[in-house]
Amino acid sequence: MARQPIDQFATQLPPEKRTAVYQGTKATHEKRTRLLFDEYADPNRLRHLAGEIKQHAVENLDMYLPQVEAKLKANGVHVHWASTGDAACEAVLGIMKARSATKIVKSKTMVSEEIELAHYLEKRGIEALETDLGEFIVQIDHDHPSHIVRPIIHKSRREIATSFEREGLGAYNDDPETITRRARQFLRHKYLTADVGLTGANFISAESGRMVLVTNEGNSRFSLAATKCHIALIGIEKVVPRDRDLAILLNLLGRSATAQELTVYTEFINGPKSPSQPDGPEEMHVIFVDNGRTDVLASDCREILRCIRCGACLNVCPVYRQASGHAYRSVYPGPVGAVLSPLLMGEKFPQKADLPKASSLCGACNEVCPVNIPIPDLLLRLRNRAKEENVPSPGTPPMGAWALMASQPSVWRAALTGGKVLNYLPTKLIPVPALRAWEAKRELPKWRGGEFRKWLKERNHQRADRSAAAGP
Amino acid sequence: MLQTERTPITGKRVQLMATCLCDAFFDDVAAATVEVLEHVGVEVVFPEAQTCCGQPAFNGGDWVASRKVVRHTVKTFAGEDPVVVPSGSCAAMLFHGAILEFEKEADLPDVTALGRRTWELMDYLVNGLGVKSWPGRFDGKIAFHRACHTRGTRSAEASLQLLGSIAGVQVVEFGEAEQCCGFGGTFSVAFPNISTAMGDLKLEHIRAVQPDVLVSPDMSCLMHMTGLAAREGKPIKGMHVAQVLRDALKASPATGNGTKR
Repeated sequence: MARQPIDQFATQLPPEKRTAVYQGTKATHEKRTRLLFDEYADPNRLRHLAGEIKQHAVENLDMYLPQVEAKLKANGVHVHWASTGDAACEAVLGIMKARSATKIVKSKTMVSEEIELAHYLEKRGIEALETDLGEFIVQIDHDHPSHIVRPIIHKSRREIATSFEREGLGAYNDDPETITRRARQFLRHKYLTADVGLTGANFISAESGRMVLVTNEGNSRFSLAATKCHIALIGIEKVVPRDRDLAILLNLLGRSATAQELTVYTEFINGPKSPSQPDGPEEMHVIFVDNGRTDVLASDCREILRCIRCGACLNVCPVYRQASGHAYRSVYPGPVGAVLSPLLMGEKFPQKADLPKASSLCGACNEVCPVNIPIPDLLLRLRNRAKEENVPSPGTPPMGAWALMASQPSVWRAALTGGKVLNYLPTKLIPVPALRAWEAKRELPKWRGGEFRKWLKERNHQRADRSAAAGP
Repeated sequence: MLQTERTPITGKRVQLMATCLCDAFFDDVAAATVEVLEHVGVEVVFPEAQTCCGQPAFNGGDWVASRKVVRHTVKTFAGEDPVVVPSGSCAAMLFHGAILEFEKEADLPDVTALGRRTWELMDYLVNGLGVKSWPGRFDGKIAFHRACHTRGTRSAEASLQLLGSIAGVQVVEFGEAEQCCGFGGTFSVAFPNISTAMGDLKLEHIRAVQPDVLVSPDMSCLMHMTGLAAREGKPIKGMHVAQVLRDALKASPATGNGTKR
C-alpha cells in the first residue's frame, strides 16, 4: 500500500536523530513555557495582541510598504522589490557586480534559504559563506537545515567534529567549545576580507524604516561592522506599523524561539554609517521579497503571514518530534511549514499537498504560537484544497459512501447492526483498509452497534410502564 | 482559536448526541451520560435519526461529504434545547469545525446556531448548569488525559474539578500531559507509524505513575491508547469521565443532588 511520505520518513529515521530532535525540542518548549508563565500573568493575552498587530500589518501591506520604502529612502537606504525568488537573487548579484564584489558573508536568513541564494551565487563564482555556526555546519556538509531556529538540531557533535576534521579545521575534537572556537577563528578572517554582508530582518518598522535583527552569535553585527556594503533580504510580511509594536514582538520572539528573555544581540539598523560613526556599511540595500506571499495574502490562509519564525510550533509538535525537519522536504518544516510550504508552491501545490495531512490536529502549535496563528484551521483548509484539486492522499479513507450512510438514518441503523460481523471476521478479511490499518497496530474494541439505542428504548418502556401503573 | 460562545442554559432538557463511536462501540459511555445527566435533574431526549457529527470527512479534507452529514445533524437536532455530547472532539466539530467548513454556505447561520447550543458533557455540567462537585465514591488512582480538542475550552478543567471532588479519587499527574496521544482521526490510519509512536510515548508517561484507570472526556483517544496497550500485551483500563461519575453514584446512590456532597 502507498504510504504517506512523512510517515515513511519517520519509520526510517535513525533512532539517535529522533532522540536528538525530541530532547532538544522538548527542553526548549518546557523552558519557554516556564519563562512565559513565570513572568506574565496572562501570556495568552500577549499572544493574541501580537497576533492582532501582525494580522493588521499584513492586511494593510498596501499602506505600510510604500510608507516603509519612503522612510528607508529618507534614511539613505536603497530599496529593491523582488516579486520572485529569482528576481531577489538577481538583485543581490546586480548590487555585487556594481561594486565588483566577489565575497559575501551571510547571516542566518530564512528567506535566503527559501530562494536558494547561496547556491545561485556560488554558481556565478561568488563566495557566499554562512556565518551562523549552525548554518556554517550545514554548508560544509552540503546538508539542509532541519529547524527554523536550530538548523542542526538533527546532528550530533560527533558528526560535526568529523566534518570539521574533513574540512581541515583541526584534528577530531567533539568538545562544543573547541568546535565553536575553530569556526570562529575560520570565520573571523572571512569577515575581514568579505565585500558584502548579507542579513535578513526579523522586523522592519513602517514608522521609522528601522530594521531589527536578533541573533545570539553576533555574526550579523560583525558583518555590518566589517563590510562596506549591507544587503538585507526581507519578506514583505516582516513590516510592522510602529516602533513600539516591537516591544511586544521582541519580548515574545526571544522567549518563544530559544526560551530567552531577549536574544544576546538585538540590533536596530537605521541606515548606512553616518559621518560620525567609526564603523558600519557605507552602502545599504533592502530587497523586499514577495515570492508567493501576495498569493498567500489573497488566499484563505493569510494568517500564516503573521509568522515571526520562532520555531515554537516545531518544538511542541509531536509529529515534528517523531519525524524531524527533513521529513517536510521544505525550507520551512513543522506545523508552520506544513501550511506555508505548500502555499508557497503556487501552482505546484500538489507536490506538497501531503504536508498538511501530517498532523493529528492536536492544536498544540496554536497554543504556543506567539502570534496566535490558527494553524490547525489552516491545515484543514489545505486538506480541503487538496481534495478539491483531486490530489491523491495515501491512507486517507474515502468518505463518499460514509457520508451517504451517515445522512440516512435507516441505513445508519442497519449498518450499526450489520457491523457486528467485525466481531467474527479475521482482520485480513475486513474489507475496509482504514480498519485494517488500525488493527495492524491497535486492538479494535468489540462492536456493540445499536446496543445503546436498545438499552435506552427498554429503559423508557419500563419507565412508561411504571408511570402507567402508578397512574390515575 | 475555538469558537466557544454559548447560548446560556435556561431549561433542564437536553438532546443527547451519543457520538458514532459510542453508537458503534461504547454503549456504556452513552448510558452513563444519560444517568449522569438525569442525576442532576436533566431530561434527556435522544433523537433517533442521529448518525455522526461529520468530523471524519472534515478532518480528511472532504468537506462536501462532511457538509452533507452536518446538514443531516442540523436537521436532526432542531429546536432550542442544548445538545450535549460526551466527546470534546465531536462537540468542537459542531461549535468550531462545522462553522469553518460552512463559511461560504448559505445555511451557515443554522450551523452556527447549532454550534452555540452544543456542549461537551463536562463543560455543560460545570459551566452550563453550575454543578460544583460530585457525590458518591470512586476508589482509584486516576490518570486524566485531557483530549486535545478540549484545548481552548473549559472541558478539561471541568472534568478535573468534578473528578477531584469525588470521595476516593486520586488524580495523578504524569509527564508531558499536554501532548497528543496520536489518535487524530484519519491521521491514525494514514500515519500509522507516527500515530502509534506518539501513543507509545504517552503510554510510557502514563504507566510511569501506575494509575488504576486512564480517564478522558473523549473515547477516541481512549480507544487509541487502550487499543495500543492491549496489542502490546500490557493492557490499561480506560474509562470515560461519565463512567467514573456514574460509578461514583452507584457506589453511594443515596447521597447528594449533584451540587454538593
